Amino acid sequence: MLKKLGKCVREYKTPALLTLLFIVGEAVIEALIPFTTARLVNEIKAGVDLAEVAHLGVILIGMALVSLACGGLAGFTSARAATGFAKNVRHDVFHKVQEFSFENIDRFSSSSLVTRMTTDINNVQMAFMMLIRIAVRSPLMLIFSVIMAYRMGGTLATSFAVIIPVLAFGLFLVGKKAMPAFRAVFRKYDRLNESIEENVRAMRVVKGFAREEYEKAKFARASDDIRDDFTRAERIVALNMPLMQLCIYGNMVFVLLFGSRLVISSQGRLLEVGQISAMITYGMQILISLMMLSMIYVMLTMSAESGKRIAEVLEEVPALREPDGSAVTEVKDGSIDFSDVRFKYSAKSERYALDDIDLHISSGMTVGILGGTGVGKSTLVQLIPRLYDATEGTVRVGGVDVRDYDLKALRDAVAMVLQKNELFSGTIAENLRWGDPNATDEALAEACRLAQADEFIRSFPHGYDTRIEQGGTNVSGGQKQRLCIARALLKKPKILILDDSTSAVDTRTDALIRQGLRDYIPETTKLIIAQRVASVEDADLILVMDGGRIVGAGTHAELMASSAIYRETYEQQTKSKAKGGEE
Amino acid sequence: MPRGTPRYTADTKLNKRGRPAFSFAAVKRTVGLVTEFYPRLFPAVCLLTVFSSAVSAIPSIFTQKVIAIIGEWTESGDWTAAKALIVRQIAPLIVLYVLSLIAVVLQTQLSAVLTQGFLSKLRRRLFDRMQNLPIRYFDTHKHGDIMSHYTNDIDTLRELVSQSIPAVLRSGAVVLVVFCIMLWYSLPLTGMILAGVAAMMLVSGKLGGGSAKFFVAQQKSVAAAEGFIQEMMAGQRVVKVFNHEASSAADFDALNEELCENARRAHAYANTLGPIIMNIGNILYVLIAVLGGAYLLSGLPNPAVSGMALDISILVAFLNMTKQFTGNINQLTQQVNAVVMGMAGAQRVFELMDEQPEADAGYVTLVNAEIAPDGTVSESERRTGHWAWKHPHGDGTLTYTELRGDVRLVDVDFSYVEGKQVLTDINVFAEPGQKVAFVGATGAGKTTITNLINRFYDIEDGKIRYDGINVNKIKKSDLRRSLGLVLQETNLFTGTVMDNIRYGKLDATDEECRAAAKLAGADDFITRLPQGYGTLLANNGSNLSQGQRQLLAIARAAVADPPVMILDEATSSIDTRTEAIIQRGMDKLMEGRTVFVIAHRLSTVMDSDVIMVLDHGRIIERGSHRHLIEEQGTYYKLYTGAFELE
Repeated sequence: MLKKLGKCVREYKTPALLTLLFIVGEAVIEALIPFTTARLVNEIKAGVDLAEVAHLGVILIGMALVSLACGGLAGFTSARAATGFAKNVRHDVFHKVQEFSFENIDRFSSSSLVTRMTTDINNVQMAFMMLIRIAVRSPLMLIFSVIMAYRMGGTLATSFAVIIPVLAFGLFLVGKKAMPAFRAVFRKYDRLNESIEENVRAMRVVKGFAREEYEKAKFARASDDIRDDFTRAERIVALNMPLMQLCIYGNMVFVLLFGSRLVISSQGRLLEVGQISAMITYGMQILISLMMLSMIYVMLTMSAESGKRIAEVLEEVPALREPDGSAVTEVKDGSIDFSDVRFKYSAKSERYALDDIDLHISSGMTVGILGGTGVGKSTLVQLIPRLYDATEGTVRVGGVDVRDYDLKALRDAVAMVLQKNELFSGTIAENLRWGDPNATDEALAEACRLAQADEFIRSFPHGYDTRIEQGGTNVSGGQKQRLCIARALLKKPKILILDDSTSAVDTRTDALIRQGLRDYIPETTKLIIAQRVASVEDADLILVMDGGRIVGAGTHAELMASSAIYRETYEQQTKSKAKGGEE
Repeated sequence: MPRGTPRYTADTKLNKRGRPAFSFAAVKRTVGLVTEFYPRLFPAVCLLTVFSSAVSAIPSIFTQKVIAIIGEWTESGDWTAAKALIVRQIAPLIVLYVLSLIAVVLQTQLSAVLTQGFLSKLRRRLFDRMQNLPIRYFDTHKHGDIMSHYTNDIDTLRELVSQSIPAVLRSGAVVLVVFCIMLWYSLPLTGMILAGVAAMMLVSGKLGGGSAKFFVAQQKSVAAAEGFIQEMMAGQRVVKVFNHEASSAADFDALNEELCENARRAHAYANTLGPIIMNIGNILYVLIAVLGGAYLLSGLPNPAVSGMALDISILVAFLNMTKQFTGNINQLTQQVNAVVMGMAGAQRVFELMDEQPEADAGYVTLVNAEIAPDGTVSESERRTGHWAWKHPHGDGTLTYTELRGDVRLVDVDFSYVEGKQVLTDINVFAEPGQKVAFVGATGAGKTTITNLINRFYDIEDGKIRYDGINVNKIKKSDLRRSLGLVLQETNLFTGTVMDNIRYGKLDATDEECRAAAKLAGADDFITRLPQGYGTLLANNGSNLSQGQRQLLAIARAAVADPPVMILDEATSSIDTRTEAIIQRGMDKLMEGRTVFVIAHRLSTVMDSDVIMVLDHGRIIERGSHRHLIEEQGTYYKLYTGAFELE
């Protein structure tokens, strides 16, 4: 994980290293300041020479200015390095996802990818900043302060030999005990938030069943449970502060008592007054550094989980391999062949989602595919533009194995309207130009006329410049489907696949669209998946699927005679005569 | 340990200086809430905080005395004589330390209890208030926004209560105590320190204001980038199909670059503030040393509260105090941002709390009833299987009306937003056992009518009567108990399958739940689940298919056994074969009940007693299927597929 993330630093190595340099400078000077201050205090104490006092004062102010410069510069460079690092991680993750095949996308849900790209990267950015600023500074400060304390205080500094291990051990123990407690409670906390979300989403059910009081009681239990766990965890961490104070106080008393003894009994030769207050200052610095270190330890382990989740994405191997070297860059025609194709979504699954598929579709044919949900219709067509690779057997387009094509060339030739349609925020025209970035306005209108979308688009006040909201919420389901068809048509594909793409369109418009496809793009192979027999009735070839296999193939008349499932479906749909306005 | 760090949101109000506006009312209310929840614990924790930090400021008095003693005895070098004097100073110091340690232990432990207790109580109050809000609230607010009250806003409040308020108290106490000691020793030196602190505040104020501005800019680019990421991750499959990877990556790179730039600025500001303030502190320290030294040597008089003459021990003590003073002032200024953020969070939480709860002036209640052979209805203590409306009248009398399921809408008008009428002149008479269907385009007002029957929304004009009683007089929870509801969007709860069915009737036995599942046709698939009725459902039952979830929702309504059912597009988005199974469950469920059906597929409504065709909030056709087909109106066109139902 560290290796993967480390690679993202790239051009921000310089600011990161500069930060380290500045931080070292700052830490050295900060360690020297109390030392010089002690001399200053001694000078004042001696009361001899104001010039000497002023001289030391100038040195000290100079040091403060250098420290300020170092600290300030480190602030800038660290911000640059950390945000740049985060940018690179985001960049890498996003570009990685662009390489993902459908199989990879299935493995990560889209919401988990969003979390990884937002919250997790944020955590990693903070951790990186901490790492280059405080994680270097604190141990340095610790070491310098100990050295200086020894140089100045001599035997007086032995108190640190006791205090540091005690405090370090104490802080370590607290951290070790608290962390698992926090981790557990954070998981619970996430679940609590999920249950709130569930409640908000189901508010109609809650109110419909008059279950407000029940929900309140349920929530009170969960909330109190979390309160108890949280309190337990926080009470462990709350021990840090008294522990720290105990050490500071102990050090104070020790230094005052033994320091004064040393000063007086040596008549100021071994130790002077100035050193006493410096020892107190160093004591503070040492203890604060330790405290910081324990904090960083906790923060870093927490963000390590974020780092792991990001690395998972970066390490994911795209499931599709592009052909090496001489890839075929042109799709000759729209013929499709499946030979002995079997497919399953994951190596672990027992059941094949597609089995025993042998099929030839000539260029320009219209093929209808019929069957219940989950019988493999979408799976079958997704093998054609190589959204997935067949587990066994070969799929050929234009006579060439799909795995031999340049992926971009293949997908440019095969347009697919997915069952789960997505439009993107932007104008209608912008959305349509996904199909062909160079399409003229006239070309857009023509595609839309074919998809029966032109009319309603023109009825909008802004026509083709109407903005689509995020998620396409401001157009109806049927309108959205027709826009998606138009978008696919603009690709001028050799093969057009409509995966249940007219389910929200009324039968008349549906028929008009099919008519248009037949008349205007006769040479394009058309595959139409549908729930309604009426949508495929007039196709050149109808495939009936069940349990991952093709159980019937032929024209309407042939299937009426040979396929029981087809006949049954047809009769059910015509008997009820629910032709109108299906969902 | 903070999780969600407080953050500026795009709508954070900014004052003239580019900082988020500070609201005193919100502070007062937050403190008021904590006091309300913990009237004794909260003041105790505050007192302990002040005490322990005040004590931590006092040692400088003793250090000063010890150093004075050292100064006196250094020349003679007589430690034994000095020892007694020094121990006399250190002994009370140790006592103070022990007291302070006890106070700190108590304060930190109690404040952990206080913080989490407060948050839990606050969450619960927020949740309780939310349960009582009308559906309108949930229809007009994005769920993500409601959720962020519980996540982001409460997190910033946690920060406020557990860190900022104690820090302000601590630093405030130290600053005050140190200030008093300083005045005690020397007024001119105190004046010098104050001047230095003023300079420090000025710089941090300038820088802080700048950083706030950049943080707002950062937050805006975060929102833009997150929005883009969300959209692209959700639409990733479309991106692939259209070979759009390169161009969406390019768009992202631009947003990413902008985000990085704004984040860099914001962090750079925040990062440099610390060293600047600290080193101004250092410089101040040196200035005090040099100027103080000069002052000491000059022999000028030292006006002080104590009247003491200035000497080296006072100057040394002063130097230590300078650090303490500036350090704590620094702490205070750092808390300002956190407090402001916390207040913004608090205000948003209060907004939700202050929402007007759902009004309910109903007084007619639903009770168990016994029905005598002569038809008279009387109230019963136990469950009889019969129900009645208990109707108290103005003259003190009580009447009981049997619950039958007769629903009438008379001349009903309704609008969600004033002036934009959604329903006009709606008249519907549903007798017990009848099936009434609503058909029409999206937005024609079908769902709105059902929203009015169970009073999710209140009508503007006209009357709705349930068993002859105006629904406004019926207690809402009882009215809703008498109406079953199956919606298009099935919402299941985390828990077992059994729990989910029992949601319809909390005291239902396992047997009753099974019977309901059988009636709905859900028993078959449930028993085939790995743990049967004990199978755990999570994420809205994502481990079930759409059809299975719908069957559970039907079973849930069935176990409640209400006389009236509302089925709102319950079978859309299901393929025709699954629909047939669900339809059987629904048919069973509908037997002997008054049913309102909204359907996309006309096949599900054809056998209704009456079909209402809605258009733009008006009923334009009504009658049985056969009647409407004969009329060859809108229904006929829908039926023949000439119209689109969307």
